[in-house]
Amino acid sequence: MSEILFIGLSLSSILLLIALGLSITYGAMGVINMAHGELVMIGAYTAVISGIYLNINLFLALPLAFLVSAAVGLALEKLVIRRLYGRIIDTLLATWGVAIVLQQLIRLEFGLSFFGIHIEGLGPGLQNMNVPSFLTQPFEIGGIPIQPYRSFIILVTVLLTLLTWFLMYRTSMGTQVRAIMRNPQIAAACGIDVKRVSAFTFAYGSGLAGIAGVLLAGFKTVMPDMGASTVVDGFLVVVVGGVGSLLGTVLASALLGQINGIFAILTNDILARAVVFGVVIAIILWRPRGLFAFKSR
Amino acid sequence: MKSNRRSFLKTSAAFGAALAAPSLIPGRAAAAGEIEVGVLFSQTGGLSIIEKSLADATLMAIEEINAAGGVNGMMIKPIVEDGASDPKTYNEKASKLVIRDRVPTVFGSYTSASRKAVLPVFEKRNNMYFYPTYYEGFECSKNVVYTGAVPNQQLSNFVPWIINTLGKKKFFIVGSNYIYPREMAKVSKILIEQHGGEYVADEYLELGHSEWGAMVSKIKDSGCDVVLSNVVGDSVVAFYREFKNQGLTHDVLPICATVTSEIEIAAMGAEFAAGSYTSFPYFQAIDTPENKSFIERYRSFVGDPKAVTHHALESSYFQVFLWKQAVEKAGEATPDAIREAIKGQTFDAPNGKVTVDPENLHTYLTPRIAQWGADGQGTIIEAYDEPVQPMPYVAYGEAPENLFCTAGGLDSSKL
Repeated sequence: MSEILFIGLSLSSILLLIALGLSITYGAMGVINMAHGELVMIGAYTAVISGIYLNINLFLALPLAFLVSAAVGLALEKLVIRRLYGRIIDTLLATWGVAIVLQQLIRLEFGLSFFGIHIEGLGPGLQNMNVPSFLTQPFEIGGIPIQPYRSFIILVTVLLTLLTWFLMYRTSMGTQVRAIMRNPQIAAACGIDVKRVSAFTFAYGSGLAGIAGVLLAGFKTVMPDMGASTVVDGFLVVVVGGVGSLLGTVLASALLGQINGIFAILTNDILARAVVFGVVIAIILWRPRGLFAFKSR
Repeated sequence: MKSNRRSFLKTSAAFGAALAAPSLIPGRAAAAGEIEVGVLFSQTGGLSIIEKSLADATLMAIEEINAAGGVNGMMIKPIVEDGASDPKTYNEKASKLVIRDRVPTVFGSYTSASRKAVLPVFEKRNNMYFYPTYYEGFECSKNVVYTGAVPNQQLSNFVPWIINTLGKKKFFIVGSNYIYPREMAKVSKILIEQHGGEYVADEYLELGHSEWGAMVSKIKDSGCDVVLSNVVGDSVVAFYREFKNQGLTHDVLPICATVTSEIEIAAMGAEFAAGSYTSFPYFQAIDTPENKSFIERYRSFVGDPKAVTHHALESSYFQVFLWKQAVEKAGEATPDAIREAIKGQTFDAPNGKVTVDPENLHTYLTPRIAQWGADGQGTIIEAYDEPVQPMPYVAYGEAPENLFCTAGGLDSSKL
């Protein structure tokens, strides 16, 4: 039984990892960022490439990927999204386009492959990231087998969630972000620099996606279109949890992860996936704004 | 407004006529001294990683044949089309090659989905298609020459070897959820029962699924002593990684796979597969001068000193030579003549002797088992003495003395 719960917990932590960044960008700015998966992908590639060229391990790749993805997110915000606030369908299309551009940049090695130049670690092929061996060797504590890599993901996710909570609820920047989430016009009227705060928020959310990418690279294949499938799960969590609610995002990923884990063990993964989608549909029908949506006044 | 619309109608009618015109004019004939053939693989999209290597191997074979004087003194001119990893595009491009370019043969396809999509074009227009990939069988077309392995050529030595040599009797069969792994599982079960083993489970995951936590945990609790994997694509990587992360090792509970090739091993990192087994007719590790030279030539052809070769790639290469021999024997390059002449053609491929079966147009291949090492290369630890007869309907009871698919077509009363 503890093993089933552990699998569920591990699935939940991966969902939360992807959804955390998304809940900030989607929740704070109402931007449906279709390129979020590509920011995850960029994080994964940062880990692969820094492993090949700088020979640094997973732990150093985490902050590096945060910075790279945050920088890409910041550029994306300044060049594209800033001009489209309040036009939700347009941002959806624009960020989808950006997603395709980012995928192709990696696949075509920034265009260099046209000139016959090949950069190791890029291109259309499958890549992998080295994981330190002490994270792949399971060990036992008191007769309970511990999987170090999955435990590590859970740990990082918990730390990131706490950090995000602290930033959002215990700093003046966070207060400004929450004010913008509620009502950007009134926030601006109160003297908040909405553009600046939004840009930083978006960069932070993107950086979280980068960290998710590094951790996913440890057990998934790294390839240019790896982001597309992960982002779907992220949106499910955000929508179920309620847009803009950190608590909602945490609980929704815990719920969906456990449902997925339990059904996958009892029946099979294909059915478990269908059940998860069924639960999501039921929740949205019952509470269209998600479990923990705040009330707008 | 009125005149505008009239002129619009006029121009569009003229445009329509212009569009229709090419189909009325006979297709452009190849220049004298040239034979045109189609090369139809995905150059773009998700499958391009692997399919580009198949296209490269095909083009390399064509270049080598041309350098040696061509076919009956004629140069082969490849017309390369992009299937774009999309069966519908495959169908359109196949129609273009067959109807407009009037090629007598097309080399192409990696997935069964793309082969099934082009099949009607070749059957209706009575053209020839050469298909290089291992696949699930259950097909009998007189317009396709199949040069990859069918299930009996991957499993007929593998399952008995697992039971008798490895001494493993309890199988956990796992695969991606589509037709190839399901047909492979059917054949495996027949063989497992014949040889006195048993299977404890037969489980599937979605194609491309990368969350293996629950499945590996099931494998752990199932009491099996060997895992027979028909998992394909990037799921393979996630599977082997999770397997190790949950503390399973290949020396106690080996993964015996039918799809895990050099490409997947390179993608996952060799240490995750070290000690596991795969069954294929061709491995890069085949230690013959012919194969060494083949790998060398392929690497210099694609300009990548670390390029890997694999089963479907090798079939893409040698099938062009089988085709060349057929055209030379027939003396002409028409689909009907090629089909008649290819029957029984034999060629010394990098993996050894290959022969096209005169009945079902599949290919005799030599099954081999390799164990993966920490360097990402296999060591061939078991090989059949001779090529094995291809039987695409073995899951439904086909046997050498009771063939379902013959030159006359499929005997569907036997199914």
